[in-house]
Amino acid sequence: MSDPILEAAGLTRRFGGLAACDGVAIALRRGELHALLGPNGAGKSTLINLLSGDLKPTSGSIRMKGEEIAQLPPERRSLRGIGRSYQKTNIFGGFTVFENARLAAQSRDPRSWAIGSDAGRDPVSRERAQRALGLAGLDAGTERKAGALSHGEQRQLEIAMVLATEPEVLLLDEPLAGMGAEESARMVALLKRLAGTHAILLVEHDMDAVFALADRITVMVNGQVLESGPPAQIRASERVQRAYLGHGDG
Amino acid sequence: MPRRHLAPLAALLLVALFPLSGATFYVELTTKIMIMAIFALSLDLLVGWTGLVSFGHAAYFGVGAYTLALLSPKAAAAGMWSSLALAIAVAAVCALVVGIFVLRTRGIYFIMVTLAFAQMFYFVFHDTDVGGGSDGRYVNVKPDASILGFTPFDFDRPVHVYYVVLAMLVLVFLFLQRVLRSPFGRALSGIRANEQRMRALGFPVMAYKLAAFTLAGGLAGLAGWLLAAQSGFVNPEILSWHQSGNVLLMVILGGAGTPYGPIAGAFALTLLHELFSTLTTHWQLWLGISIVLIVLFMPGGLGHLVRRVRASLFGGGRDV
Amino acid sequence: MSVFAIQLLNALQYGLLLFLVASGLTLIFGIMGIINLAHGSFYMIGAYMAFALSTLTGSLAVAMVLGVALSVVLGLFLEWALFSHLYRRDHLEQVLLTYGLILIFEELRSLAVGNDVHGVPVPSAFGGSIALGDTMTYPVYRLVMSVVCLAIAAGMYLLIQRTRLGMMIRAGASNREMVGVLGVNVNLVFRLVFALGVALAAFAGMLAAPVSSVYPGMGQQVLIICFVVVVIGGIGSVWGALAASLLIGLADTFGKVFFPDYAGIAVYLLMAAILLWRPEGLFRRA
Repeated sequence: MSDPILEAAGLTRRFGGLAACDGVAIALRRGELHALLGPNGAGKSTLINLLSGDLKPTSGSIRMKGEEIAQLPPERRSLRGIGRSYQKTNIFGGFTVFENARLAAQSRDPRSWAIGSDAGRDPVSRERAQRALGLAGLDAGTERKAGALSHGEQRQLEIAMVLATEPEVLLLDEPLAGMGAEESARMVALLKRLAGTHAILLVEHDMDAVFALADRITVMVNGQVLESGPPAQIRASERVQRAYLGHGDG
Repeated sequence: MPRRHLAPLAALLLVALFPLSGATFYVELTTKIMIMAIFALSLDLLVGWTGLVSFGHAAYFGVGAYTLALLSPKAAAAGMWSSLALAIAVAAVCALVVGIFVLRTRGIYFIMVTLAFAQMFYFVFHDTDVGGGSDGRYVNVKPDASILGFTPFDFDRPVHVYYVVLAMLVLVFLFLQRVLRSPFGRALSGIRANEQRMRALGFPVMAYKLAAFTLAGGLAGLAGWLLAAQSGFVNPEILSWHQSGNVLLMVILGGAGTPYGPIAGAFALTLLHELFSTLTTHWQLWLGISIVLIVLFMPGGLGHLVRRVRASLFGGGRDV
Repeated sequence: MSVFAIQLLNALQYGLLLFLVASGLTLIFGIMGIINLAHGSFYMIGAYMAFALSTLTGSLAVAMVLGVALSVVLGLFLEWALFSHLYRRDHLEQVLLTYGLILIFEELRSLAVGNDVHGVPVPSAFGGSIALGDTMTYPVYRLVMSVVCLAIAAGMYLLIQRTRLGMMIRAGASNREMVGVLGVNVNLVFRLVFALGVALAAFAGMLAAPVSSVYPGMGQQVLIICFVVVVIGGIGSVWGALAASLLIGLADTFGKVFFPDYAGIAVYLLMAAILLWRPEGLFRRA
């Protein structure tokens, strides 16, 4: 098995007396889609926020390619190759679809500080944005306002923005939530394709999608890791059955 | 040429021809308005485009004005180009230093902290002898505009000052329009729309904000220099909180984050002031009441109203 | 030594007075999420009420009772007519409207009383001075001011810690959504807190009138210092406001003693230092 790109150990975050994330260990590898399961409030989103830097851990370590990054702010982690999407769609609604992706791509461009040139004509960020939009299946109608897109399209745009930053690690918080069957199928296909070249952490409630996609599954309950392993092991685990799957929480 | 440029160009032409009327009082008044318009444009870079509501922008305006006053010898002229460059630089450096402090805060905090820091600048000039205390200081001899022995204009002649200020206004406007279309400007717009998302995308948001704050401070310094050069006098009132409130009012009433809003706001507010103050000594009462009514019944300011009217006239507004 | 004691008393008195104004400001920020630039105007209005009503009735005490009653009414009215429409608006519009209010209040003041500086006599019962050491004296009225302010601070402590309204204030200051969750009449809480803030600021103005005299623009000076108090203390924290007010009282008073030319700047430097150290303020829960 290859070395993990992103690896967390003993990751803990307390809010007052409550530990939303309690001593979590997780490792993400290139070419592996790692799914994160757990009931609501299990600490899945907190874990993503800790890995992306939106939250600072109370204790614990996060290593990216061997380097400690637990204290770095989100922008520095992003530049090191961690991209994330948000559970609640988090796009620039007032910008065009294309400009959303172009701005995301611009973040990797040293000319992002230029004040004399026209951003909309910058070939490098345009090309990256185009590629990311294409990957996410959003080629058409990119001059529309992002806020006017359908919910599913906004989720696609969310992914396109992450891809435009050309990350190595993708932290995806419920990318399928609220999508129709057709949109969902397209997203699953996209995730499958991305999994070949990226390290992906996927939070998802859609069990069928998770078991179809995941190379590895970690189940969280009450802020702690309950079980972690290949899908077959998770499916067979009695503890998981009892704590989670038994509830029929789909 | 797109139709949307027609009205502003017509207005520019009107303003450019206006001194031919020979009405000296109004030429000087319009000069002052255009200086305030530059000041308002610089503030709008923060308020309208970056989402930073600074209530202390007069500090940098005042620093620019005082820079000229302090550089001017008692009985001789300061060089225009060197003192102008220095005024911009000093104001920008002040903004940079203050920015490091104030940008650690956000929202309501930011409004209060910018106001408090501006008040600190006010007290520096008001309480100490740096700039003549509360009496202020005269620029006895207007700055000398000569370049290599050639003097293109004379700051003692109001019409010359008028065109210099008009040229500066056009330059600053075009410069800011270019900045806003640039990658840097787009990043600022992104920060205004959603700071968290920008950080997650890898933008060093704090550095961008600091750059914007510094740039806006420098441009305010330029406006301040022009004010001192035009009026030949500076005093601490230039950097009072009233001044900060006044310019913020221009930006908001004109329409924050619109290209022409701050300029329109500067003209509208100053002309209203002139109009009302000839009618009543208590014009501020009517201004205050108007502001309260505007906020209660017309969210978005005058600029928003203008856009709505234009949308209903021409069918569909233009996106900014 | 006794010079030092006198400066300390001055610092305490100034700090406590600031606390009266700033505590209302910080509560209005914390609970309603509103930035109120016109809060200093309430201080100014209080001072002018002390002047006008004490001239009318011949007694500062009567003027204060009347003044507090009037300012509560003013607070209830303003919350109903204006501020209740601002809760869901952005800060820019709050700044705009309350800036307009300042202009209105200042012009009304100018129309009603003019632009002259007025003195308000110290009540004769507190007119004297007491001896401090062998050679120094200290005015009784200033001591009374500090005692009254302390009593009000103690009263606020009881109000906030022991009453139902206080519980809602505590809940609201730490988490605005919680007030709604508690299932109480949010509008009523807001209205009462706002009126309380107005009354406190106006009362501070009345208390200060005999010492500081009464002059145009006095509200804005206090307002900006109170912003510094709130920034240092942390938005929504009444005890932060108390600590910050006393700190500022000390910085300002001893700044004047040691660096007379730069006294105006001392409190802002204090704020700058706090911003570097704790940008959220001293008492703000992270």
